[in-house]
Amino acid sequence: MFVVRYRRIFVGISVALILASALAIGVFELKPAIDFTGGTLLEVAQGGALQEDIASIAGTVARGTVSVRPTENGYIVRTAELSPSALSEIENGLKALGKGAEVLRVSTVGPTLGDELFKKAFIAIILVSLGIILFVAVAFWRISKPVSSWVYGLVTLGTLAHDVLIPAGVFALLGYFVNVEVDALFIVALLTILGYSVNDTIVVMDRIRENLRLNQEGNKHEDFERTVGKSLAQTYARSINTSLTTIVVLLALFFFGGSQTEDFALALLIGIAAGAYSSIFFASPLLVMIERMGKKKTA
Amino acid sequence: MSTTRIVGAALLLFGVFLFWFIASSQAPDARFPFRLGLDLAGGSHLVYQADTSGVSEDDVPGAMSSLREVVERRTNLFGVSEPVVQTEETFSGDHRLVVELPGVTDLKEAVRVIGETPLLEFRLQGESDENGITTFTDTGLTGRYVARAQLQFGQQSNSGGLSNEPVVLLYFNKEGSELFEEITSKNVGTILGIFLDGAPISLPVIQQVIPGGTATISGNFTPDEAKQLVRDLNFGALPLPITLLSSSSIGPTLGIETLRAGLIAGIIGFALVAFFMLLWYRVPGLVAVVALSMYGAIVLALFKMIPVTLTAAGIAAFILSIGMAVDANILIFERMKEELRNGKPLDEAIREGFKRAWPSIRDSNLSSLISAFVLFWFGTALIKGFALVFALGVVTSMLSAITISRTLLLSLAFDWTRSRAKFLFGSGVTLK
Repeated sequence: MFVVRYRRIFVGISVALILASALAIGVFELKPAIDFTGGTLLEVAQGGALQEDIASIAGTVARGTVSVRPTENGYIVRTAELSPSALSEIENGLKALGKGAEVLRVSTVGPTLGDELFKKAFIAIILVSLGIILFVAVAFWRISKPVSSWVYGLVTLGTLAHDVLIPAGVFALLGYFVNVEVDALFIVALLTILGYSVNDTIVVMDRIRENLRLNQEGNKHEDFERTVGKSLAQTYARSINTSLTTIVVLLALFFFGGSQTEDFALALLIGIAAGAYSSIFFASPLLVMIERMGKKKTA
Repeated sequence: MSTTRIVGAALLLFGVFLFWFIASSQAPDARFPFRLGLDLAGGSHLVYQADTSGVSEDDVPGAMSSLREVVERRTNLFGVSEPVVQTEETFSGDHRLVVELPGVTDLKEAVRVIGETPLLEFRLQGESDENGITTFTDTGLTGRYVARAQLQFGQQSNSGGLSNEPVVLLYFNKEGSELFEEITSKNVGTILGIFLDGAPISLPVIQQVIPGGTATISGNFTPDEAKQLVRDLNFGALPLPITLLSSSSIGPTLGIETLRAGLIAGIIGFALVAFFMLLWYRVPGLVAVVALSMYGAIVLALFKMIPVTLTAAGIAAFILSIGMAVDANILIFERMKEELRNGKPLDEAIREGFKRAWPSIRDSNLSSLISAFVLFWFGTALIKGFALVFALGVVTSMLSAITISRTLLLSLAFDWTRSRAKFLFGSGVTLK
C-alpha cells in the first residue's frame, strides 16, 4: 500500500497541518463569544434600518464597546452585559425608528457562567480524550505484538489532537479575518469530532487486529508494515464512503440549516474531513513508524 | 429463507406504520407532538444564582425546592403556559435556578414576574460600631415563615392620629410564631428592624412579648408598594436571594425559520446520502436507504414518545446522525463485497459480511457514545439536547443496521446467476 510506503510524506503533511494550526491558534487566538466572556448578544432584523442607526441606539444604552456584525438579513450586536431594562430600552429605540427593525433574539451571559463554561469545556475535552484512549487500549488489549496495545492508544491520541487542532486552527484564522467567534456549540463540535473521527481509525486498527490474528493462526510471518498496508487497503473504501456521507449531510446543514448552526456545521465539516485524512494517512503510517523505532532499539 | 422474507415484510410494514404515526401525531391536539425547545418555539430562558450562604448546609435542598415552588407559582400566576422551573447544582457546588418561559419574549417582564429578591428579614439592633453606625444582627426570622400577609389602611399612626397610611399585616406560621415570640420576649426594649432586600423599611421598638404570631409593618409605603409586598409575601417571598446570571430570549419568527431551515437541510442531506448509496452499492444501497428511512422514523418516533425536547442543536445532531447512520451499512457492504470477491455464494457472503463487520461497528460506535456521555454531563440545556439526540442516533443506527438491513438484504438474496448477483450486489467486484 502506497500510503505505508510513503508514510514520511503523509505523516509529514499531518504534522505540518498540526503545527500550522497550533501556530494560528497561538498567533491569532480563538475569538471567544459571550458564552465565554460574558456580555449581551442581540440579533436584530434589519428592516429598513441602517447599521449606523442600530449601532448608535445600542451605543447610547450600553457601556463600553459595541460591535455590530452584518448577517444575511440583519445584524448581530455584541455589547457588555445589559440588564433586562436596558434591553427593553434598545427594543423601544428600534421601534421608535419606525423602519421595521426589531430584536429577534437576545442572549445575556454573566461573567461567572463564562468562566464556568471554559473550565467545563476544558475538563470535557480531557475526559473524552482519556476515555477514548483508555477504551482503545482496552479494546486492543489482547494484541501486544508487535506493538503494545498502549501504542494504539497513543496513536489514537495523536489522531485526536490532529482532528481537533485543525478545525481550531481554521477558526482562529476565521476569527482573525472575518470575526467568527467560538461559542459553546464550537466546543460541542470539537467533542463530537473527538468521538466520531476516531471511528475510522478504530476500524482500521480493528482490521489490523484481525489480520494479525489470522497471521498468527496461519503461522504466517508477515512484516508489520505489510499487515498494516493490507488492512488499510481493505478498509479505505469504507473510510472514504462514511466520511463522504457525513460530509454531504454537513454540507446540507451548512448551506441550508439556518444561521444558528452554520458555524457549528463548519467546525464539524473541517474536523471530520481532518478525521478522514488522519485515519488513512496519519494513524496507520504512524503505527508503522513507531513499530520501526521499537525494532531499531531492540536490534 | 421464507421466514426471513416474512420478517422483512413485517419490518417494512412497521416502518410504514411509524411514518403514519409521525404524520398523524402532527395534527393539532394530537397526543404526541414534537416538543420544541425555546430556541425553536420562542420564549425566554433565565438562569439565576441562589445565594445559599445564609442557610445551613442541611437546609439548602429544602430552601431550593421551596424557591422553585415559589417561582413556579409566580410564573403560573402570570399565565405562562407550561413554564419550566428547575433547580440545579453545579459541580463547583453553586445552586442555580433555571426558568424557561415559552412564548414570553419580553425579558424585562419575565424578570419582573419571577421577582427580583423581595427578601423580608427581621434583624435585631446591636451595638453601634466605632463609626457610630448601628449594626443589625440576623434573627433567622424571614419571609419564609410568613403564612399570610394582608393589606390594611387607616391604621392608627404613631402620633396618635388616624392616617390613611397603608400597613402590611403579617401572620406567621407556627414555627414563625414561636420564633417571633422568642425573639420579642428576649429583647424587649430593643429595635427589631424589618428589612426588605437588605434595606430597613421599618424600625419598631419591641414594647412587649408578642405571642400569637402577628406583626404589622408600617413603612411609609405607597399603596402600590404595599400591594406588591403583600402579593410577594402571599405568593411566597423568595426564601433565598437570587441574582440573574444569564438570560436569553428568542422571538417566534426566528424559531420557525430555524425549524424550517433544519427541515430543508435534513431532506436535502437525506436525498444526497440516498443518491450516493444507490449509485455506489446498488441493491444493498437501496436496502441501506430503506433502513435509513426506518432509522429516521424510529428516531423521530422516539423523540415524540420519550419525549425529547428538540433544539436547533438537537436538529443538527439528527441531521448529522443521518450521515453517520449509514456507516454501519457501509462497513457491512464493503465486507460483503470482499466475501463475494473471495468466491462465496451470495447469502453466505451476506451473513459473513455482517458477522465480520460487527466488532468494527461496535468499537467505533462506542467511542461516539463516550463523547455523547461527556457532552450530556458537560451540558447546559442546549448541549444536553444535542448529546441526547446524538446518543439516540448512534444506538438506533447500530441496531437498525444489524437487524433491518440484515433481514432485508437476506430477503433479497434470491438465486441470482453469478453475473447478475455481481451487478446487483457487488459493484466493483471482479469475480474470480
